Amino acid sequence: MLPVYYYVGLSAILFVIGALGVLIRRNAIVIFMSVELMLNAANLVFVAYARYYQSMEGQIFVFFVMTVAAAEVAVGLALIVAIFKAKHSINIDQINTLKG
Amino acid sequence: MTTQYILFFSLALIAVVSALGMLFSRNAVYSALYLVLNFATTAVFFLLLHAPFIAIAQVSVYTGAIMVLFLFVIMLLGAERIGPQQAITWQRPVAAILGLVLLVEVGYILLTQFGFIPPGTDEIAGSFGSPETVGFSLFTSYLLPFEITSVLLLVAIIGAIVLTKVERNADQERK
Repeated sequence: MLPVYYYVGLSAILFVIGALGVLIRRNAIVIFMSVELMLNAANLVFVAYARYYQSMEGQIFVFFVMTVAAAEVAVGLALIVAIFKAKHSINIDQINTLKG
Repeated sequence: MTTQYILFFSLALIAVVSALGMLFSRNAVYSALYLVLNFATTAVFFLLLHAPFIAIAQVSVYTGAIMVLFLFVIMLLGAERIGPQQAITWQRPVAAILGLVLLVEVGYILLTQFGFIPPGTDEIAGSFGSPETVGFSLFTSYLLPFEITSVLLLVAIIGAIVLTKVERNADQERK
């Protein structure tokens, strides 16, 4: 197989792009997508090391990460819909009060 | 071995370019489609790493379910574009610098530490990563986390329903 640090490097680049997306973008939905990208980068490292050590634990963890991601997206998008109904905007600069 | 390198670097290029496309698209629908491309390339990486079941789960769960949900919400809200109103001006350069710092840190660690790790073996058991192996692991040693996962999903379903339902009741009472 390829050296495992190729995969770690690629995953690090993808993770940094995701983190930049959270910091730069103002659209709440795009911020959620960036979070998904970061989770996916973590999954890539899990699977790469599962292959490297030839153990199934890494692949099992990817399943749990996927489940948490799915739950997070369901609740997060429901929150975004609720916020949009209240504020008519999903620009996070305008969502700056907790009073609603 | 050379084909592996060519495959890896072309796929890595597609993955990084699609991630950057997601980051810099003005339109949120384009961002979502770039992210679908990124997830599909990651699924091919999983195939390369002898994880066929994870790869299929990646395609069906991420690109299938999650991204469709994203696109559905984007189109439901009609929120594919938001204007550049009242952006904090110093935020972008600071974010770029912080991202660069993170990347340099990771690169430094990779260059100084990972050179000592020997490359993995090419031979591998034929059943590694197959649905049987994954299922056996999941239902024996990881049975309790698997069951707890169902509770997590149940909580997420209830949360999503409650979050959208309460708002609708409040609207009706106002009318």
